[in-house]
Amino acid sequence: MSSYQRTWKTIESGPHTYEEALHPVVRKNYGKWKYHEIPKPGVLMHVAESGDAIWTVRAGTPRQDTVDMVRVLCDIADKYADGYLRFTVRNNVEFLTPNKEHVEPMIAELESLGFPVGGTGMCVSAVSHTQGWLHCDIPATDASGVVKSMMDSVYKEFKDMQMPNKVRLSTSCCSINCGGQADIAIVVKHTRPPRINHDHLAMVCELPKAVARCPVAAIRPTVVNGKRSLMVDEAKCICCGACFGACPAMEINHPEHSKFAVWVGGKNSNARTKPSTMSIVAHNLPNNPPRWPEVTEVIGKILTAYKAGGRPWERVGEWINRIGWKRFFEETGLTFDDNMIDSYRHARTTFNQSAHVRF
Amino acid sequence: MEGAKDAASQEVHHCGGCNAGGNGNGKFLNPTPMLDELENGPWPSFISGFKGLAERTRKPMLRGVMDQLEYSYNTKMGYWKGGLVTVDGYGAGIITRYSMIKDKFPEAAEFHTMRIQPAPGLHYNTAMLRELCDIWEKHGTGIITLHGQTGDIMLQGIEQDKVQQCFDELNQKGWDLGGAGAGMRTGVSCIGPGRCENACYDNLKLHLTALKHFVGVLHRPEWNYKLKFKFSGCPNDCTNAIMRSDLAVIGTWRDAIQVDRAEVKAWTEKNGMDALVNQVINLCPTRAISLKDGEMHIETKDCVRCMHCLNVMPKALSPGRDRGISLLMGGKNTLKVGVNMGSLVIPFMKMETDEDIEAFIEQIEEIIDWWEDAGLDHERIGETIERVGLKQFLDGVGLEADINLVSRPRDNPYFKAPY
Repeated sequence: MSSYQRTWKTIESGPHTYEEALHPVVRKNYGKWKYHEIPKPGVLMHVAESGDAIWTVRAGTPRQDTVDMVRVLCDIADKYADGYLRFTVRNNVEFLTPNKEHVEPMIAELESLGFPVGGTGMCVSAVSHTQGWLHCDIPATDASGVVKSMMDSVYKEFKDMQMPNKVRLSTSCCSINCGGQADIAIVVKHTRPPRINHDHLAMVCELPKAVARCPVAAIRPTVVNGKRSLMVDEAKCICCGACFGACPAMEINHPEHSKFAVWVGGKNSNARTKPSTMSIVAHNLPNNPPRWPEVTEVIGKILTAYKAGGRPWERVGEWINRIGWKRFFEETGLTFDDNMIDSYRHARTTFNQSAHVRF
Repeated sequence: MEGAKDAASQEVHHCGGCNAGGNGNGKFLNPTPMLDELENGPWPSFISGFKGLAERTRKPMLRGVMDQLEYSYNTKMGYWKGGLVTVDGYGAGIITRYSMIKDKFPEAAEFHTMRIQPAPGLHYNTAMLRELCDIWEKHGTGIITLHGQTGDIMLQGIEQDKVQQCFDELNQKGWDLGGAGAGMRTGVSCIGPGRCENACYDNLKLHLTALKHFVGVLHRPEWNYKLKFKFSGCPNDCTNAIMRSDLAVIGTWRDAIQVDRAEVKAWTEKNGMDALVNQVINLCPTRAISLKDGEMHIETKDCVRCMHCLNVMPKALSPGRDRGISLLMGGKNTLKVGVNMGSLVIPFMKMETDEDIEAFIEQIEEIIDWWEDAGLDHERIGETIERVGLKQFLDGVGLEADINLVSRPRDNPYFKAPY
């Protein structure tokens, strides 16, 4: 330990308070907003019942930031937004100002510093994503690198508002899918059962916990070289990697056998259709750092077809519901295969229980 | 790791001289040709950010982490393992990371993260953010994630023996650690009444009050598994609460949508009758909107508060005046029963007064008590409800059965009723 002598008594304060973090115009009109407009991509204008207006400029960030970058954002906020800023759940930064004349110079300065202004309305917004090789203890791939590669490829779509509706992206570095449900999601899919490190297993794992973690009851206790260990019924194993989180000796990650899958049609909003979960539309894509071109190519195909065929306000999943999965695969050039037929619990709810057929 | 060994034997790049540091050009960092590829392209590059920070501050941990990340990009494997680091009196909030290959990258031996709870709605003033940066740079690497998937500020890269002092200095400025493990987790709120005309309750206030109430079990986890709150101001659910939280608190209203007739007219004149029919009326999921004498008419009893028409015509339409929240429970991702969307357990609660907030928190305590009794180890509350039954859950927590809680009554006849 260091020589630090503690004198401070902890205050268990919970979340930081927010009132001092709200722009005075926001404080004054708190809960009394009337409507908003999107005058141009990356800019929102909110009008309050009092007649006050506040302009928001939104810009993309790498999410994986540094104190240097945060200080630059603070400089912008001090210069143009009276010292206030906030972030969106998709890692965009927002500056709120009551001075309309600050909007254009702020946009120019953000762009000159490399922060793309956009992320509003019918755009492809920034990616909700995980930690990956940089920090996670169970990742099969990196997250920030995949995201950087994806956002380079949809940079224009982030900055304009030409899609049928907003497109939410996410990535996840294992099948737990911390990135969440999204219009288009990139999720790791392992293709081989875990290899078991019998030398370490009993030392690093609670055996019953690892057994209980398996969703298909494929793990059983055994003895190897006189040591308590586990075995996997490889015929039953679905290569989900759940056991690895409970027991690091169940080595699921592999440079060649951990692949990518692409999922579409997730939606959290209640607008129009009820929220929906994603469906798999491509898998067995290689984990190919540093730019993962195979993944960005699939995303490009989906976005191109959706942009061309989606009607105003249709999210990706709603567009597919209208045109049908058959046409989705035709129009994106992706290939449906029998692994895409659900085989897990409640699988039949995804079967076509009707005579509705598309030819 | 067997896979790692396979890959290591084929590796092309090896950072043999990491400890010496530098590439001979007066640079602090070692060469990272794979990571450098991520400096190309128009989107802001986290690698450029890391490199700039490392060259300015010359912190060895940054160099070690860059070297290990470059190594991961070559071997396609990760090399962090967990452990247990915390601050006095807490059992959670520091995500511990030790390098599995510290012989190769001794500068990356430790790379712990401090989860910090931001203000609800992710609002900042620059003074508080600069203060946070200064304390963080003093003790840690200076890498910050804004924000993690559960809503924390993540300060990434600190050594175990610096954690307590860093925390104490942050705590003096009003910051507290976030959640981890089997307890209450950090909450997330949308911007709410801070800027949005659709906010149906003060989600920032409820977030702050609820998370302060549960702060003990956030710092000292003792439940079956994690429990996450998310607070969305309206059914657009910008925090993705339905899918990403055990307790999804979503603003809604009970009376009629407020219509500004003049603004509807102005919208129709600007966008045309085709747009009114194709983009508003036809997209209403319950066909609650029709044309009456050429004017848009909303049948309130058919409306399910989906938000679509309000999103299309924000100037003309607003949520009703009788506002409150719906509570949905059980949202979580795949492991292990498959993706679970949250489902409705309380159709409506007022959320205007301090008493409303108190009643809400009491109800949540009832729910948690039930889960502590009925749940199994490593079982999220939605999984417990699925295993035990929604009816049994409602009985257990004293909630009323309501037809809104199901999409339809049961379709199979196998059940036992107390006739």
